[in-house]
Amino acid sequence: MTRYAKPKTLEEALALLSEGSWRIVAGATDFYPALGSRPLQQDVIDINGIAALRGVAETDSHFIIAARTNWTELLRTPLPPAFDALKQAAREIGSIQIQNVASVAGNICNASPAADGVPALQVLDAEVELRSRRATRIVPLDQFILGNRKTILREDEMVTAVRVPKAATAGNSAFYKLGARRYLVISIAMAAARVILDGEGRIATAAVAVGSCSAVAQRLHRLERDLAGQPPEFIERIVGSVTFDELAPIDDVRGSAAYRRAAAREIVTRALVQAAGASDRRAAA
Amino acid sequence: MKNDRAPISFTVNGAPVSVSAAPMRRLSSVLRDELGLTGTKVGCDAGDCGACTVMLDGEPVCACLLPMASVEGAAVRTVEGLGGDGLSALQASLLAHGAAQCGICTPGILVAATALLERNASPGEAAVQEALGGVLCRCTGYRKIVAAVMEAHQHIPGRVPDFSLPPAGHAVGASPVRLDGVAKVTGAEKFGGDSFPADALSVLVVRSPHHRSAFSFGDLEAYVADNAGVVAVFTAADIPGINCFGVIPPFADQPALAEGETRFRGEAIALVACESWAARELDLARFPVQWRELPAVMEPAAAQATGAALIHSSRPGNLLVQGVVEHGDAKTALANAAVVVSGSFETSYVEHAYIEPEAGYAFVNDGVLTIVACTQAPHMDRDDTARILGLAPDKVHIVPTATGGGFGSKIDVSLQPLIGLVALKTGRPAALAYTRTESMASTTKRHPASMQATIGTDADGMIRGMIFAGDFNTGAYASFGPTVANRVPVHASGPYATPNYRANARAIHTNGPVSGAFRGFGVPQATLMQETLYDELADRLDIDRLQFRLQNALRNGSETVTGQRLETGVGIIDCLAALEPHWRRALAEAEAFNVSQVGVRRGVGIASCWYGCGNTSLPNPSTIKLGITPDGKVALHQGAVDIGQGSNTVIAQIAADALGLPLGDFVLRGADTSITPDAGKTSASRQTYVSGKAAEKATRTLREKVLRYANVSAEASLQLLPGGLLLVHEGGERRRIDLALLKPDGDGLVFAAEESYDPPTTPLDAKGQGKPYAVYGYGAQIAELEVDMALGTVRLVKITAAHDVGRAINPLLAEGQIEGGIAQGIGMALMEEYIPGRTENLHDYLIPTIGDVPPIETILVEVPDPEGPFGAKGLGEHVLIPTAPAILNAIRHATGVLVTKVPATPSRILAAIQEARR
Repeated sequence: MTRYAKPKTLEEALALLSEGSWRIVAGATDFYPALGSRPLQQDVIDINGIAALRGVAETDSHFIIAARTNWTELLRTPLPPAFDALKQAAREIGSIQIQNVASVAGNICNASPAADGVPALQVLDAEVELRSRRATRIVPLDQFILGNRKTILREDEMVTAVRVPKAATAGNSAFYKLGARRYLVISIAMAAARVILDGEGRIATAAVAVGSCSAVAQRLHRLERDLAGQPPEFIERIVGSVTFDELAPIDDVRGSAAYRRAAAREIVTRALVQAAGASDRRAAA
Repeated sequence: MKNDRAPISFTVNGAPVSVSAAPMRRLSSVLRDELGLTGTKVGCDAGDCGACTVMLDGEPVCACLLPMASVEGAAVRTVEGLGGDGLSALQASLLAHGAAQCGICTPGILVAATALLERNASPGEAAVQEALGGVLCRCTGYRKIVAAVMEAHQHIPGRVPDFSLPPAGHAVGASPVRLDGVAKVTGAEKFGGDSFPADALSVLVVRSPHHRSAFSFGDLEAYVADNAGVVAVFTAADIPGINCFGVIPPFADQPALAEGETRFRGEAIALVACESWAARELDLARFPVQWRELPAVMEPAAAQATGAALIHSSRPGNLLVQGVVEHGDAKTALANAAVVVSGSFETSYVEHAYIEPEAGYAFVNDGVLTIVACTQAPHMDRDDTARILGLAPDKVHIVPTATGGGFGSKIDVSLQPLIGLVALKTGRPAALAYTRTESMASTTKRHPASMQATIGTDADGMIRGMIFAGDFNTGAYASFGPTVANRVPVHASGPYATPNYRANARAIHTNGPVSGAFRGFGVPQATLMQETLYDELADRLDIDRLQFRLQNALRNGSETVTGQRLETGVGIIDCLAALEPHWRRALAEAEAFNVSQVGVRRGVGIASCWYGCGNTSLPNPSTIKLGITPDGKVALHQGAVDIGQGSNTVIAQIAADALGLPLGDFVLRGADTSITPDAGKTSASRQTYVSGKAAEKATRTLREKVLRYANVSAEASLQLLPGGLLLVHEGGERRRIDLALLKPDGDGLVFAAEESYDPPTTPLDAKGQGKPYAVYGYGAQIAELEVDMALGTVRLVKITAAHDVGRAINPLLAEGQIEGGIAQGIGMALMEEYIPGRTENLHDYLIPTIGDVPPIETILVEVPDPEGPFGAKGLGEHVLIPTAPAILNAIRHATGVLVTKVPATPSRILAAIQEARR
C-alpha cells in the first residue's frame, strides 16, 4: 500500500519530504495521464490542502505566484502588460478544464519541452522558489529545468512559488503558439517575447524565448542583444540575420527539425512585433 | 496517512453524498462505479477528450483528472443534474438542432456549455468555441453544437419541450428530433460501459508490446494464487472453439488470443479475470510472460520484397487480395491522349477515434451466453463469438448497447469473445471497458495507401483513359482488407466517364495495426489521387476546374468503369451545378483576398465523390420485422444498429409513410439478436437504402394484411386509437378493429410482417466487369482556406457540400452526417496520422476540435433512385470522400504546390512550399 498525505501547512509538507521519497501532486493533470491505467505505485503528497500556497501576491520586489495557483486564477488576476504572454499561454494550456486545475508551478516541474508556460515565464526572468526543511533557495527558471522531464528539484524539496522580479515586468509581451489544431494541442513550437521601448520608440530591451525546439525552452540572448537599440521595423530583418544556435530541434510526429527551425524564426518575429506594438505587414495565421 | 479508503463527503447535483474511496481515485470512477452516475463518460482518462467534464464548484473540470481528495466539501454537477424534471434549455436546443448523434460526447458538451451559459446566456460563436475547445466530438462536426449553444436561450427550460412528430404520410422529408434523442441529452443513455453488473468480474487483457513477438508464459497458476482478487487467467489454450475470427469468413485469420506469436503491437495474448476492486490494484507489467521480439515488417514495400517473412504462411508475398478493374484499353488511350498527367500519393493510418472505447459485459443464463456491448454488427458478433467459443449461434445472444461512435471499427469483434470466454469459464458476469490506449492499439484503422495514377484527356478535355495502382497496408490480419482491395478499383475513376481504364489495388499484410473498415473503405484514399490529378489536368487544359469535372461527369445512360450502364438516378451533375455559384463567389473572393494580403494566401478547391451503397457484388440482405400490438402501437423490430447516424429514426420514418400511420404510433424494438431479424451491419452506407428498403417492403406487406383483414382497397387509410383500436377509413366508410380481441403472435403482434431486401448486383468478372452495386450516391464539395506561407498552417474558411441523397428521408440527420463526415475529412487531410507505439492516445493523435471545423453550407440534392426507399440513396461514407481532396486542391490553389502525402501537416506544407521555391 502506498502512502498518501494531504498536509495543511507547508511545514508539515516539508517535514514529510524530509523523511522519504514522495510524488508531489497539485493539479494532477500531468500525474494521471502519466499513470495511465496502472495502479498507484508512489507515495503521494497532495499539496491541495495548503491554503498558503494559492494565489498571486505582490511584494516590493516581486510578483509571487504561489505553487498551487492554477492557470485560470492567473488569468483572472490583474497583472501588468508584461504578463500578457503568460496569460496568452495560460489560455493555451490544454483546455479550460485543464486550466481550472493545472498549476503554473506544475507546468515547470513537469519539465516537458513543450510546456507552454515556460517560454512566457522565461521572458519574465522568472525564478523558482524551492523549499526544504533545511533551506530555501531561489534559482532562475533557466537553471531549474535541466532537460526533458528533469529538474534540479531534490527529493526533500518542493517548489513553493514562481517569482517574477518587478524589474522584469516592464514593457509589453506576446506569446505565439504553433500547433496542428486549434485547441487542446501540444505545441510544435512556441515563442514568447517581451519588449521595452525607449522614449524614441526604439527597442530598449527585448526578451525572447522559444519552446519545443530544444529539450528545454531557450532564451535567445544573442537575438536579444542584437535587437537592443533598434527600431521595431527592423525586427524581421534582425531575426532573419541571427542563427538560433540555442535551439536544437528534433524530428517528431508534430514536425521536422527543419520545420521547427524555420517556424521558430517566424513565430519569434510575430511575437516580437506584437510585443513591440508594431504593425505586422503580414496577417497572423 | 495510508492511501486507504476514507469517507469523502461532497454534493452531487445538490444532494449530499458520502463515499468511501481512496483519496487518489479519480472522481470519474467514483461517479460511475460507486454512485451509478454513468452520464459522465470516460473517453481517455487523460484530459484529452473532455467527455468526463463535470462542474466542480461551478468550474468545468475533467473528472478523470480529479483526485477524490479534492472533492471533499465541494459541489459537483454532472449531466444528470442539468435538467431537473424536464430538459434544460440547452438540452432541448441540442435535441432540436440534431447536435447529439451517438451521444457519447454530449454530457461533456452539455456541462462545459452550461458553465458558459450560466455566465453568458447568449454567447457568440467565438465564446462557444473557447468554452468547448476541450471536448472532442467525432460524429457531428461541431457545427450543430455551436448553433445549439448559441440559440439555447430561445428554448424554455424545465420541461420536456413539444417535439411534435409529423402527421401520417409526412414523415419522409421531415426532420423530427431523433426518436432515441432524449436519453442522449439527459445522460440516461446506456453505452457499452454504463451498465456493468455490480458482481461482474473485471477482465484485463495482456497485449503484445512489440510489432511482432514470440512469447511464453510463466507460472500462471502461481500468478493467480499470488494475486488477491485474481480469479483466473485464460490464454488461447482455453478457447473451446475455433480461435479465429474475421468479418469475411473465407478470410478469417485473426485469433481472439494469439498462439505463440503476435503479429502486431496490441494483439491480445491472455486475459486476467479478477474482482473489480483487485483490477484497480493490479499491475499487468508483472504478468508472467516472456516476450522475444521478432523482426517486423511495417511497410508494404518491405513486405513485398523477395525473401520477406510471411505474416501468414498461406499468403505468398504477403498479398491478401488484389482487386482489378479493366475496361477498354487504357494504355493505348493514354498513348493517344492530348494531355496526360501522372502522380503519386500517400496516406497514413487513420484511427477511428470514437470517443467511446469498446466496452461491454457478458453473462451466462440457461446455457445462453449474452453479450451486452457496443457494436455495429450484432449478428456478425454473434456468429464470430459463437464460433470462437464453440457454441451454437443460437446459444449466443447479442444485446447492443448505445454505441458511442463506430465509423467501421466496431464491425469487427473486439472484446466480445474475450468477455464471453471469461463468463463461460467462470460462470460469473464478466465486464471490460478498453482503455483509450488499448482501443487505439488493438482495433482496426484506415488503410495507409501508396498510389500512382496516370490520367489522359483529348484536346477538348474529355477523359480518355486512366491507370491506377494502389498498395494498401492491410496490417496483420485480413479484416476488411479484401473489401478495400475490391472497392477501390471500382471507384478510383471518380464519378466521371472513363472509357479506358485499368485499376488495381492490393491489400498487403504487414506487422502494422489491422486495417479494416473506416468510412469509405479505401475510396477516400483513391479519391485523393484522382481528384488532385484532375486539378492538374484542368490547369494544363486551361479549363475551369469545376467545368472540367462537369463535362466529364457521369450522367444517366453513362457506363461506369465496370461496364455498368447507369440508367437513372445519376446526381453528380446536379451536385456540381448546385456548387457553381458558390464556386464563382469563392474564386472571386480568393482573388480579391490575395491582392490585398501578403504572407497569407487564400485558395479554393473542389472534389467529387461517388460511392456504391452496400457490399461490392456480394449478397447484402437486410430483414425487417414490424407489426401492430394489441394496445395499438406499431412495433418496429429495428435491427439496423444506430451508432449515431440515425437509423432508429430514419427506418421508422420510412415505415411510417409506407404504412400510412404517424411516426408517433411507432415504438422501437432492438437491435437485439433475439428479437430483431438480421438487418446486416451498419456499414457501406447501406442502412437507409438496404434496411430502409426492407422496412418499406415489410411495411407494405403489413399494410396489405391489415387491408385484407378489413376487406378494403389499397386506397383505405389507417388510424390507431389509444386503447387498442385500429380504424380503417375508406370513402365515407369506417371499420373498427378491436386489436385486443385478436390473438397476438410470439412477438406480441396481432398483425405482423417480415421482409428482406438484397440489392440486385452481379458478380464482377476477372476484369472487374459487372454490376457491383444497385445504387450509387454522389456528391461534391468546395473547400475555401487560407495558408500561412511562412508557417504552412491552414485556416479553413468554409466548406460547401452538395450531396445527392436521392431523397432526404430526414434532412437534419442528413446534414449531420455531412458535417460529421467533413470533420473527419478535415482530420484526414490536415492532422490525423496514427503511428503504432507512438500516437496511442488523443493528445499525440489529433482529431479536429471545435475550432478546426469552419462553417459548412450543405446543399441536399435529391435525384431519386427508383431502387431505394422513397428514392433514397446512402450517404454516410460519401460525405468524407471529397473533403480531403478538396482541401489539398485548395492548398495547391493557394500556394501553387500539391502536397502528396496526408496529413498535410504544417511541416509538410511548408516543406512543399520551400521545395517549390528552390
